[in-house]
Amino acid sequence: MDHAATHETATGLDSWKLGFWTFIGSETLFFGSLISTYMVYKGASRVGPYPHEILNIPLTTISTFVLLMSSFAMVLALAGVQNGSRKQALLWLAMTAGLGATFLGFQAYEFTEFYRHGLTLSTNLFGSTFFILTGFHGAHVTVGVIWLGILWVMALRNRLTPRDALKVEIAGLYWHFVDVVWIAIFTLIYLLQ
Amino acid sequence: MRAEAQSSVGQEIEHGAHGHPGWKTYTLVAVVLAIITAAEVAVFYIPALQPALAPILLVLSAGKFSLVVMFYMHLKFDSRIFSGVFLAPMSLAMVVIIGLILLFKVLPLYR
Repeated sequence: MDHAATHETATGLDSWKLGFWTFIGSETLFFGSLISTYMVYKGASRVGPYPHEILNIPLTTISTFVLLMSSFAMVLALAGVQNGSRKQALLWLAMTAGLGATFLGFQAYEFTEFYRHGLTLSTNLFGSTFFILTGFHGAHVTVGVIWLGILWVMALRNRLTPRDALKVEIAGLYWHFVDVVWIAIFTLIYLLQ
Repeated sequence: MRAEAQSSVGQEIEHGAHGHPGWKTYTLVAVVLAIITAAEVAVFYIPALQPALAPILLVLSAGKFSLVVMFYMHLKFDSRIFSGVFLAPMSLAMVVIIGLILLFKVLPLYR
C-alpha cells in the first residue's frame, strides 16, 4: 500500500486509518461483551477455585507494567520510522515485540498455574469467563507480536521508509488498543475481586 | 512529475495527523502510567481504603486509559472524526456493561 499515492478523500483523512479506527471501535464492543459477561457471572461460581484464592496480583502487576512499557516502545518505533532512522525503528520494534512476547510468557505461566490448581475452562463460571476474556486478549497480543515481527523484517530489508510510516502507525493503534483493554481487565478482574 | 503530484496529495491528507508529540512527552506519559499502576496496587493492599476501593481504582484506571488513548494513540492531536469513531462504540459498550450489571447484580437486591 503506497500511502504517498493515497487518493483524495471526502473527509480529508486517510481511508486506511479511518477504517482501522472503525475496526477498533468494533473491538471495543467485542471486549465490552466479554467484560460484561465476566461481571454478570462474578461471584456466581458454586465451586472453587475462586478469584481471591488464585489470582496472583504481584505477578500480574509486573506483566501489566511490561505491556504498558511496550506501548512506550511502540511510539518510539513509530517516531523512528517517521524520522527515517532505521536503527531506531529496528531497536524499538524489537523491544515492543519482545515485551509483548514477555507478557504472553507471563500469561502462559499464569494459565498453567491455574490449571495446576484445578481451574479450567469448565471448572466453574469464574474459569469459563476468565479464560475466555483473557484468552481472547492473549490471542490479540499474539497477533500483535506477529504483526510487529513482520514490520521488523521489513525494516531490516530497508522496506520501511518514512513514506510507510502509516503502516507502523496502524500497527501501533492496534497495539495500544490491546494495551488499553488490559488496563480495563487488570482493574476489573484482578484488583476489583 | 506524477510521483511529485502523488506525494503532494499524500502530504495534504497527512493521515489526519496534526503533529505528534515528541519523546519527552512519550517518556513523561510512560512514567505517569507506571506511577498510576503502582498506586493502583498500593490502594489494593491498604485495608483502610477498602471501602472506597472501587471508585478509586476506576478513576485511576480511567486516567491510564485516557493517557494511552490521547498521547500514544494520538487522539488528542488527530482529527476529531477518529475520536468519534472510537468513542461512540466505546460509550455503547460501557452502557451495555453498566446496564447488565444493574440488571443482574443490582435489581435482584430490590426484589
